[in-house]
Amino acid sequence: MSFSPNIVGFACQWCTYAGADLAGNLRCKYPPTVKLIKVPCSGRVKPEYVLQALAQGADGVLVGGCHFGDCHYKDGNYKTKHRMDLLTKLIADMGFDPRRLRLEWISGAEGQKFAKVITEFTEELIALGPNPLKKEEELINE
Amino acid sequence: MSEKIKVGFLLLGGCAGCEMAVVDLSEKLVDALAHLEVVFWAPTVADVKYHDLEAMDDGYIDVAFIDGMIRLDEHIHMAKVMRKKAKTLIAFGVCAALGGTAGMGSLHTKEELFSKAFKNTPTTDNPDNIYPSPHCLVDGKYDLTLPTYEDKVRTLNQIVDVDYYIGGCPPHHSHVEIAIGALVSNQLPPKGSWITNGKAVCDVCKRNPTRNGNGGRIMVDKVLRMVDGVPDENVCLLQQGYLCFGPITQGDCGGSCLNVNIPCRGCGGPIPGNEDYGAQALTSIASILGSEDATASLMEKYPNLAKFFYRYALPSGTLPRKM
Ligand code: SF4
Ligand code: SF4
Ligand code: SF4
Ligand code: FES
Repeated sequence: MSFSPNIVGFACQWCTYAGADLAGNLRCKYPPTVKLIKVPCSGRVKPEYVLQALAQGADGVLVGGCHFGDCHYKDGNYKTKHRMDLLTKLIADMGFDPRRLRLEWISGAEGQKFAKVITEFTEELIALGPNPLKKEEELINE
Repeated sequence: MSEKIKVGFLLLGGCAGCEMAVVDLSEKLVDALAHLEVVFWAPTVADVKYHDLEAMDDGYIDVAFIDGMIRLDEHIHMAKVMRKKAKTLIAFGVCAALGGTAGMGSLHTKEELFSKAFKNTPTTDNPDNIYPSPHCLVDGKYDLTLPTYEDKVRTLNQIVDVDYYIGGCPPHHSHVEIAIGALVSNQLPPKGSWITNGKAVCDVCKRNPTRNGNGGRIMVDKVLRMVDGVPDENVCLLQQGYLCFGPITQGDCGGSCLNVNIPCRGCGGPIPGNEDYGAQALTSIASILGSEDATASLMEKYPNLAKFFYRYALPSGTLPRKM
């Protein structure tokens, strides 16, 4: 009955992934809606990955990286920023609500922030409803 | 001499420019015809009908070239017929291979496209709002049919198995010559490949900064479109802020666009190893943007990024149409 969104999260191993670990250690409460994929750096996230997640029915995609100045590869996250800005516009042009793609800088010390981002993103996606592609599929299957 | 290779040409949802590229071979085509026998060429060149193709034995044609994308039920039917009749099938030109410019039609609804084409263009006079429809009774007795319009554009390989791909809109005639040479001498690459020299457009571009010792990558702060000025003919367009897809596009055209001072838009198809042309174009262009201002200026100059990055390739993309 109630819709629980499916979020695919790409998390930089040096920061956001560690932040997610810390959220666990701190026993922060957040909805079990995110499937995290560890990447070496947010700059490793190709736009193809985000498009594929959406094409396969993810309701939202989170890309998490280090704060500016903290990227272990110096400017990986600047590249991420430019790419994700363009990609957000691209998915909007493809008919998706741009809020389905979220870019966040979450450090290894920000467990609380990780929990907060997932909670907020989940609420936002509940308001947006399921990935429109999934609706189409359900219609076809009916 | 051994028997001639039987070839066939079939135009689906394209403009026939690809077939003009074959005709542009001129005397070389005459030479090639010593080894080739054209057994089917429709609907453009030969006086043959679809039922002539349907009547052929399966596998009768050695090599078939299909140009154009798939948008009509008729295209789907004829692609399947040609697949049966041909031992080897080539997606000829970027429309057949990746969807082509017409593939951008999948960003619009049928209603949007029809009202634009048959009603709202300034040169159209259609006060009764007459649109083409699959069935039409004329004078109460002639029951006429038109092909039906599918809900999206498809590439050829979304309908049938394709053995080879040739990029270009249209393929450059020198490339067609190479492809036909490979065919005649039986030196085609493994099935499923693109027939290509394997080089990117940058590799054949006379402006290539690495070759010219003209510096490497320059991050830009401002994006320019062709209407904003005339680029320096000797300097890489990316270094000047004009967005060029040369780095990720197969250069079988010899860098035609760069030779006339306009940027590559990717008709040659993706260089190997890339499955989603538009996504790769986005990555490549994002890597020269030097600031958030540059990103903002790109989005301001190019209001529809799907049409910009997937100019020739939308139906082959991970998201092949607008939701
Ligand atoms: S690839 Fe270009 S030239 Fe060939 S049919 Fe399509 S639009 Fe025409
Ligand atoms: S980016 Fe364009 S202008 Fe620059 S070298 Fe490559 S093809 Fe030539
Ligand atoms: S430069 Fe690019 S767009 Fe122009 S003909 Fe060559 S591949 Fe096509
Ligand atoms: S290392 Fe974390 S974003 Fe680059």
